[in-house]
Amino acid sequence: MTQRTTEIIVGLFMIAGLAALLFLALQVSGLSPKPAEDTYRVYANFNDTGGLTPRGRVSMAGVTVGTIESISLDKKTFQARVTMAIHSDIDNIPADSSAVIRTSGLLGEQYIDISVGGDMESLAEGDTFYSTQSAMNLERLIGNFASGR
Amino acid sequence: MIDRVVALGHLGLTVVSSFGRSGRFLAGVLLGVPRPATGFPLLIKQLYGVGVLSLAIVIVSGLFIGMVLGLQGYTILSDYGSEAAIGQMIALTLVRELGPVVTALLFAGRAGSALTAEIGLMKATEQLSSMEMMGVDPLRRVIAPRLWAGFIAMPVLAIIFSAVGIWGGMLVGVDWLGVFEGSFWGNMQSSVDFAEDVMNGVIKSVVFGFVCSWIAVYQGYDCVPTSAGISAATTKTVVYSSLAVLGLDFVLTAIMFGDF
Repeated sequence: MTQRTTEIIVGLFMIAGLAALLFLALQVSGLSPKPAEDTYRVYANFNDTGGLTPRGRVSMAGVTVGTIESISLDKKTFQARVTMAIHSDIDNIPADSSAVIRTSGLLGEQYIDISVGGDMESLAEGDTFYSTQSAMNLERLIGNFASGR
Repeated sequence: MIDRVVALGHLGLTVVSSFGRSGRFLAGVLLGVPRPATGFPLLIKQLYGVGVLSLAIVIVSGLFIGMVLGLQGYTILSDYGSEAAIGQMIALTLVRELGPVVTALLFAGRAGSALTAEIGLMKATEQLSSMEMMGVDPLRRVIAPRLWAGFIAMPVLAIIFSAVGIWGGMLVGVDWLGVFEGSFWGNMQSSVDFAEDVMNGVIKSVVFGFVCSWIAVYQGYDCVPTSAGISAATTKTVVYSSLAVLGLDFVLTAIMFGDF
């Protein structure tokens, strides 16, 4: 086999490898070529975040509208302070909306659901949710039920 | 009694000195960079032998492993009514574990043993020492292109293995067993992360490719130059490569995916 034929076959081999990597990137891991969306930050204080994790989703009416950036402890109030990044095109969330921690399915991961309020003003960068509802804690629920409270 | 202690000490020294020689050998190969004009055609030729000719076995095994994963996953997951999760199961197992590991094992058996036998026979027929007589460094001329070819070909083969395996899993899951195609790909895309899963798999295969081809060329270069010696070296290549791949896989998995 001539040197040229070998070079062409090896070139095809490398191209096949790149094509497979592209397949893994686009079709399997769903990596979209468009850049990350613009977001703005809002905050919410919870008494108990349960199993909430960073990179979890924030949704309204079941549609994902943002992600959870970080969860930290407020040292003054001993509450958890959750930072959320909301997509910029969702810019009309009423200011009196509340953030609720829900679980998807019985054993699924936890996410924040925004229940829409009725205020004319809307949340902007740096605002904090006025009302929140903490994660449902199954153990506490059973404990309350058993002790009759 | 004393003889046994002596034998044990001798064995220990042999192991340590063989590690030392392989390290010096690797340094010699990597530091002696071949000139691009002569080195590149040699590399292409080895890439053809190591990479392109291994493609058939890698594609066929990838296809069947993907199909078996689809079949097994379906029977287990359908008990829980969640057969739509079959896509993410196939993709994560292949991309994270089976792709790099099985490709490396196949690579050690298919390409590594051939490299060892070829270099061992070159040594036994004194081609390597005659090269030295002519003033050609056999490390640069013979060993370096083979090592680099294995290093480059292995990640490419592992990526192709994973892609073909996922396609085979889709063939069984979607076309044969009737899992809804949208949820098959959708679940897969929401759970597989490109940087976390795909790239870590590629890093694994780079490490495995390096280790497998290092063991293969070193065993060939260091073998006893007789027919029995070459046969022993070829066996050692396959055994050591497989053990190294499985052991390193545990270490790499613990580093990449372990939460501590």
